Amino acid sequence: MNRRKKTMLFLGSLALFFTVIVISGFCCRDVARVTDFSRKNMAPCVSFFFGTDWLGRDMLVRTLAGLSMSIRIGCLAAAVGAVIAFVLGVSAALFGEKVDAVISFLIDMILGIPHMLLLLLISYALGKGLKGVVLGVAFTHWPSLARVIRAEVLQLKNSTYVQISQKLGHSKLEAALFHMTPHIFPQFLIGLILMFPHAILHEAGITFLGFGLSTEQPAIGIILSESMKHLITGKWWPAVFPGAMLVLVVALFDVAGNALRKILDPSSAQE
Amino acid sequence: MNKKLKLRTVKWIGKNLIRMFLLLTAVSIVTFVLVNRSPLNPLQENVGQTLLGSMSAEQIEKLETYWGMKEPPVQRYLNWARDFLRGDMGVSLLYRQPVSHVIAVKLSNSFLLLLIAWLLSGIFGFFLGILAGIFRGTWIDRIIRGYSVLIASTPAFWLALLFLLVFAVWLKVLPIGFSVPIGVEATGVTVLERLRHAILPAVTLGITGISNITLHTREKMIDVLESDYVLFAKARGERMRTIVVRHGFRNILLPAMTLQFAAISEIIGGSVLVEQVFSYPGLGQAAVTAGMGSDVPLLMGITIVTAAIVFLGNSIANILYGFIDPRMREGERR
Repeated sequence: MNRRKKTMLFLGSLALFFTVIVISGFCCRDVARVTDFSRKNMAPCVSFFFGTDWLGRDMLVRTLAGLSMSIRIGCLAAAVGAVIAFVLGVSAALFGEKVDAVISFLIDMILGIPHMLLLLLISYALGKGLKGVVLGVAFTHWPSLARVIRAEVLQLKNSTYVQISQKLGHSKLEAALFHMTPHIFPQFLIGLILMFPHAILHEAGITFLGFGLSTEQPAIGIILSESMKHLITGKWWPAVFPGAMLVLVVALFDVAGNALRKILDPSSAQE
Repeated sequence: MNKKLKLRTVKWIGKNLIRMFLLLTAVSIVTFVLVNRSPLNPLQENVGQTLLGSMSAEQIEKLETYWGMKEPPVQRYLNWARDFLRGDMGVSLLYRQPVSHVIAVKLSNSFLLLLIAWLLSGIFGFFLGILAGIFRGTWIDRIIRGYSVLIASTPAFWLALLFLLVFAVWLKVLPIGFSVPIGVEATGVTVLERLRHAILPAVTLGITGISNITLHTREKMIDVLESDYVLFAKARGERMRTIVVRHGFRNILLPAMTLQFAAISEIIGGSVLVEQVFSYPGLGQAAVTAGMGSDVPLLMGITIVTAAIVFLGNSIANILYGFIDPRMREGERR
């Protein structure tokens, strides 16, 4: 088996793994909220792998439900972010200096506010609900990808084959769609996948601060912020396991993005 | 010639400053729109529905004026901007003190934390990157790279929780939080005590922030080691250590510093979470409190001040680059 096949197999099994988390987490949303005082504060054991919390809720189920939501929000953020980044990045490079200046200004401005603070502001503006978290995470992750695409398109604009297509009478839009898009697509795809880790971490962060969901909802941030209150009495499992699962999911997305980069990038594809 | 160059440099720095001012203005407008379109009623959030019901119409009106719910938004923004330029950021509704005073106190608390974290991540990340670059492909490189990927995927606040668990709960060697010990007056705190309380948060922030700079430095180091001038140095018989010191550092330090100045935004963002875990009374915690309690003037003030710090960092990065590498200055005109 060559490396390309191995990578594809790896990516496929990752996709399967994430799908299983999303679906199983989605299905046990209601189980995650069941409280049972007869089994509260149980350390990890055979029937409860991750233990139970102070209300007797199964931490494994809660973690799955939380991760499921994180991944779903991550997908939305990546989809929305990709579209915005693509449109803005390409139009910044295509429509002359003025449009470019405006879009660059916009990118600089959004990157200038610390991301957590921006999410906090958006969440506040939308009334501190789930809506605020989802829209906040979805609409703030495009600037860095847009910047990459813009730089790439600026370079392509002066390349010979694009200039020739212009001389042949093709419009700028045609050049963008048929000559530039195929060229930047690999980078775009990688940027898209690498958007997931950021989105998931920010979602966890903002819910951890208490903006977003009510406390009985299973979300990774809320689970961790609740566990913080019981940390002092030595109950380590509600903090350690959900957090470790979060790190695992985020790291896997990161690894997936980099593996994809290796087989898509011509300079390392044949290694 | 020299004079001409100087003039151009001054012009270029001036341009950077004007851009920064415009960006800050834009940030303030966006922030203002965001905080003012909030459906949350500051009165209900802070006074409570039951208490509001028992108040007379007059009292409610008085409160509404206090929380600034009377004037039209544009007028309010202009008033705010005019006061801001005069140095008056309004009065924090929760702390009942001038916003500038609240921010000054919180920022001076956070400053120590942010500075240690920033230096720590910069120095640590730089050296790890150089090590990984020198020993490319060996187990040292693999461990460092693995660590960078892992730490980039770790939320700072979870790491903070783990540290809290290990050092404060299990080992009991470091305090759980607060920038001053309980029962001691804020003015009577020694520098050493302050430092002791800032250790855990600063270390947490520092080691989560190194990923970018490590990987970047590693790439650059590999580039340098594959260059012709290093090949020539090797041919002359220079040892690895002298090559790294003479040819490596000089070429890598500047881009790394630039990257580190541009990373201020992330460190501040992370501090919001970490301060929450360690209940460290800094700017980040004040931001969360302000957001939770609908303290609009404080929220505005904090956003503008942190954005200013971030833009200042970016400008320093730009200027550093411009001074050392004239090509960037030329490129600026495009």
